[in-house]
Amino acid sequence: MTTGKILKYSLGFVIYFLIQVFILKDLVLFGYAFSFLYVFFILGLPHEMPAIPIMLIGFFMGILIDLFYDSLGMHAASAVLLGFLRNPWIQVNTPTGGYDDNVPPTLLNMGMGWYLFYSIPLILIHHLLFFYIDILGTELYLPFVIRVAGSLAFTFILGIIVQAVFYKKERVI
Amino acid sequence: MQQIFLFLYRLRAFLLFIALELLAVGIIFTHNSPQGAVFFNSSNKLVGNMLYVKNNFLSYFSLYSTNQALAEKNAELLNQLDQLSPVLDSATLSVDSVLANNFEFWSARVINNSIHLNQNYITLNKGRRDGIVPGMGVFNEQGVVGRVKGTSNNYATVISLLNTDLLISSKIRETEVFGSLKWDGLHSNEAKLLYVPRHVKIDPGQEIVTSGYNAVFPEGIPIGRVKSANPGTETNYLDISVTLSVNFSNLKFIYLVKNDSREELDSLEMETVGP
Repeated sequence: MTTGKILKYSLGFVIYFLIQVFILKDLVLFGYAFSFLYVFFILGLPHEMPAIPIMLIGFFMGILIDLFYDSLGMHAASAVLLGFLRNPWIQVNTPTGGYDDNVPPTLLNMGMGWYLFYSIPLILIHHLLFFYIDILGTELYLPFVIRVAGSLAFTFILGIIVQAVFYKKERVI
Repeated sequence: MQQIFLFLYRLRAFLLFIALELLAVGIIFTHNSPQGAVFFNSSNKLVGNMLYVKNNFLSYFSLYSTNQALAEKNAELLNQLDQLSPVLDSATLSVDSVLANNFEFWSARVINNSIHLNQNYITLNKGRRDGIVPGMGVFNEQGVVGRVKGTSNNYATVISLLNTDLLISSKIRETEVFGSLKWDGLHSNEAKLLYVPRHVKIDPGQEIVTSGYNAVFPEGIPIGRVKSANPGTETNYLDISVTLSVNFSNLKFIYLVKNDSREELDSLEMETVGP
């Protein structure tokens, strides 16, 4: 990984983190639909990156966000799970011809069809674990389902918009 | 031996995954215990400062409603003061202060708040240096808000009433029937009043206030009004829904209360009744 890339991803980390804790924390639609936009940072890391750094990045991102949400450990646990499952899931979704090096798995690089299939299950698992920890000890299963479904939709739509507006296409044809 | 190391090396990603998850779960459980690590939450210095700056910026947008709420509280206090001031044509006896319940009050600003999870917390801009200690009651001009969980030097974390772990000892103002108020995790303006036996008659609209039994809050701070009371499905208690009087989505300034005789009360109860 070049220095330029490291800088780029560090900046991305900070921006996603700040937007998450200062803007999106107060933005909950209808009291159920949360937006955990930071998952798209983890999803958009280079596909050749091994699982260990991804999990560590996810853990630190999660802990930092937890500090502001006062939900200590919940974001961290969910983000680590996401980081662990990401690479195997990328392997499963290998397109014909394989992946190009230096092309991170983002919407514009991979196309909508591939990206839907890549991101939705991973975000779903992240949200399931997060909200499951939240309801532990209670029996609020209906709000749990509504929260997971609402947040999945909200997070995904916001992520797609962010990628369409702010990301560049890197694939060279 | 080398085989074992090789095997472990091949599993390194999975082992790190397990380790990080255990660490996260460990933090979740220590954080949620009453003595939970205070450092790792929004009342630590760095996070508190950042939230404070954000709140400083955002508070300009709600100056009007904040002023209005403070003016209302002032008017209410002036009314009470008027009733308490000695009347000219009568003699007053001052009661020994030992007999009075000694409550001390502080005010603070809310710099972080959440209402949508099941365990919601609030962060205040005052901490240990200002005399805030864990266990103090938190309320605003509308009613009960929560209880202080932990403090750092300059900030404090409060367990919101909208937290499924917090019980508030409460009673119905007219009939003195008492119970415990607990949030059910569903709506940010509704909670349940627990442990009220079935034979008690409860009417919708009756006001629920703090009971003063647990020495966290003084008696009579409003909590909400009865919305509906139905016989519970299987328990011996009524199923009472309460509309909360506090608008949690718009908390700006709050008051803290400390009962100076609380330690004495607690230790007496521990000695005689047992924990």
